[in-house]
Amino acid sequence: MNTQIDISKRKQTSKISFMNILANYSVPILFVIICMLGIYASKLNMTYILNEIVIRLSRNLFLVLALIIPVMAGMGLNFAIVIGAMAGQIGLIAIKVLDMGGFTGFLMALLISTPFALLFGYGTGQILNKTKGKEMITGLMLGYFANGLYQLVFLTFMGTIIPVNNPEIILSGGVGLKNALDLKFIQYSLDNLIKLDIAGVKIPVVTILFILVLCFVLRFVIKTKLGQDFRALGQDINIAEVSGINTNKTRLIAITISTVLAAWGQIIFLQNIGTLNTYNSHEQVGMFAIAALLVGGASVTKATIGQAVVGTLLFHTLFIVSPFAGKNLFGDAQIGEYFRSFIAYGVIALSLVLHAWQKYMKEHNKEKLG
Amino acid sequence: MDEQYILQLKNISKEYFGNKVLKEVNLNVKAGEIHALVGENGAGKSTLMNIIFGMPVIHSTGGYTGEIIFDGKTVDIKSPKDALDLGIGMVHQEFMLLPGFTITENIKLNREITKHNPVSRILGDIMKSLDIKAMRKDAKEDLQKLGMDIDEWLPIQGLPVGYMQFVEIAREIDKKNIRLLVFDEPTAVLTESEAEKLLEAMKKISSQGIAILFITHRLDEVLSVSDSITIMRDGEQVSHMNTKDATLAKIAELMVGRKIERVVHEIRESKNNNEIIMTIKNLKVNMPGEEVKGLDLEVKKGEILGIGGLAGQGKIGIANGIMGLYKSSGEVYLGNTKLELNNTRKAIENKLAFVSEDRRGVGLLLDTSIEMNIVITSMQVQNRFLKSLFGIKLFNIKDDKAIRSWALKMIKDLDIRCTGPTQLTRRLSGGNQQKVCIARALTLEPEILFVSEPTRGIDIGAKKLVLDLLVKLNRELGVTIVMTSSELGELRSICDRIAIIYDGKLEGILNPTDSDADFGLMMAGKYGAKEVV
Repeated sequence: MNTQIDISKRKQTSKISFMNILANYSVPILFVIICMLGIYASKLNMTYILNEIVIRLSRNLFLVLALIIPVMAGMGLNFAIVIGAMAGQIGLIAIKVLDMGGFTGFLMALLISTPFALLFGYGTGQILNKTKGKEMITGLMLGYFANGLYQLVFLTFMGTIIPVNNPEIILSGGVGLKNALDLKFIQYSLDNLIKLDIAGVKIPVVTILFILVLCFVLRFVIKTKLGQDFRALGQDINIAEVSGINTNKTRLIAITISTVLAAWGQIIFLQNIGTLNTYNSHEQVGMFAIAALLVGGASVTKATIGQAVVGTLLFHTLFIVSPFAGKNLFGDAQIGEYFRSFIAYGVIALSLVLHAWQKYMKEHNKEKLG
Repeated sequence: MDEQYILQLKNISKEYFGNKVLKEVNLNVKAGEIHALVGENGAGKSTLMNIIFGMPVIHSTGGYTGEIIFDGKTVDIKSPKDALDLGIGMVHQEFMLLPGFTITENIKLNREITKHNPVSRILGDIMKSLDIKAMRKDAKEDLQKLGMDIDEWLPIQGLPVGYMQFVEIAREIDKKNIRLLVFDEPTAVLTESEAEKLLEAMKKISSQGIAILFITHRLDEVLSVSDSITIMRDGEQVSHMNTKDATLAKIAELMVGRKIERVVHEIRESKNNNEIIMTIKNLKVNMPGEEVKGLDLEVKKGEILGIGGLAGQGKIGIANGIMGLYKSSGEVYLGNTKLELNNTRKAIENKLAFVSEDRRGVGLLLDTSIEMNIVITSMQVQNRFLKSLFGIKLFNIKDDKAIRSWALKMIKDLDIRCTGPTQLTRRLSGGNQQKVCIARALTLEPEILFVSEPTRGIDIGAKKLVLDLLVKLNRELGVTIVMTSSELGELRSICDRIAIIYDGKLEGILNPTDSDADFGLMMAGKYGAKEVV
């Protein structure tokens, strides 16, 4: 019995292994090709590109990794990490008000943002539990809704209900935060703690260490009972329920973890950028992180750490080279810019369509077999 | 005496909304025996199992009366968890397996073996690591107990169906306290050789002292594997016997046997009438759960043809396939012209009409009036009940006057009890809803009318009215009727011929007056074996 199955399995895999690789990695392969062409057309030197890649990886990867657990738990791509990003920004605004700079300020921002992120994550989870099967669209809408609340608080409550008297951050009328807050006082506080220079490429060691630790934590969680529950949920929520797993609670934990990670990720992101666009910084977070993950070959139902790394690498390489490539090819950097937002949104749409199509084909094949 | 029984049911009765589905049922299962429970669909087997398992559906509908004694003690099973704690396990008909998990992970689902790590000591049990090694060892042992030698780390996806069934069983026997295992039609989805292996495994399990309650339609399996047999019919336990005293014919007769009241007393000599109105050749319909796998059947003009068989054998799929509601292939001829399959519009244009078994889903627009329900198909397909707007042909609008008068006529002819033609169909009783469905089918002026489960969910008085109506349509309007029903009694009361479907194919055609044993054997797919027994 045993051998029979093994053999038939092996046969199957060897026969279609090449096609399998193509099919399984079609998206990343496509983007590798586009990136190569882009690098060639941009005529940039490799040191510059590598430097940029390292900066962007260390800046964005944490946010992308925040998406993995909800995907595993069958909740799809968590568009609601926008809300986590807002929690992160609350932490940053707080240290700006408290005027704490440097690495202490950075740690303080993490600390302050965490309770907010836990609260937001819990709320998001509660709502997503009421809209099972429509988590992605609900998460997207929740992000927009939370944005409204965020504006309400920081545009009208600051200086009125919340007494803040700091002309550096409050609009000249005395009410509401300014559009852009200067974060110079904590910029590079993490990145520059230890900086290595390898052949002209500057590497922010501590930031990368942060990300590595997160990867190990994620791997650890996957191997625990909780991780097993996530995976069971991701496959079939009904069977998980029947076998006695508390599905609602598990989903709540998944989304809360994701939200907290997003808050921290946003702080890491902004400490590198050095400016907080009070009302915009969080808006694109969900889209870009999701696009990066999808470029790595992840889907709505499956995402790994490797896919997150590869995806972030490819997506941001494209970001770096496309303006230059556009300028060289068409004489206009703007065309490259158009191209890259086209890519960002196009990738999401394509991936969702592919996912729906695969699901349809699966059912279709099942019908045929029957 | 009593101590040797692991499970005893005493005088179990159950009502669903005043409808008695179980009447004073007694069942005794000895420890370590294989006890077969056989009966037609609707005999009450599932309800009985739901009671044993404390399913919510039982308690939300008023509970049951009677006594359950498990292992010598009277028990009150309120939830599936209670049943599991007592040591009652169930192998589901549909697999409860996660395709992406390995066999081991599925066997140990939510009962994983875990061990502490530094994090879990602080954050609690949920962060415990999985002890994969111990899990694999357990899984391997469970599989070996079933006589399976398979790598326990293979994913479920890609395993043959038979193996999945074994994994499901392995999961149950992995529960250490298991005393009684219920198999709900376990061989329904298996091939013959897989089924044989399963039966062997069942014997192995029972030899370890675990009692097995085996629900099945396959009578030869009952004879080959069980120690004793309980037969149920219409919610009653009609017989209990030791397997050594049983024969195929005896079981079949007890399963089906009931007094038949013929509504139509003369059975017309359909032999004289040889005009074939519809020929079905090698019809295959892909209807989940009711698959048709190559059916050949001829329908004679002017007859009432019954289609019977047990649930899941494909009888429901036939009409759904011909009408294009589910994907089908094969050939269907109306007289000499071939009917285009998978095209509902063409089917209706060719004077076929269908009253669906899914009355509230497919059959009716529940929030629309009776009159619109009656005419809507005709409006859509035949362009009737329309008038042109200002004489322009392109702008057809509905002809309220014609609709109203037709609806009133139908309501009167079919005796639909309602407040008027504008009443919403949702508010009607089951029987009257069914009449609206029939009225719509009649509006299409069909030559062949397919009726599926016409009396399902209708109270007894209304049942007779619906059946009478079908006979009337047949006799007075000359409509050929093909009636599909799970209730054999109903088929035998009005049909001229009854085709029995087994495993997606025609098992045979019987006269309504043929013996109970013949019907029973045919429905169990054992008609050919009759001579042998």
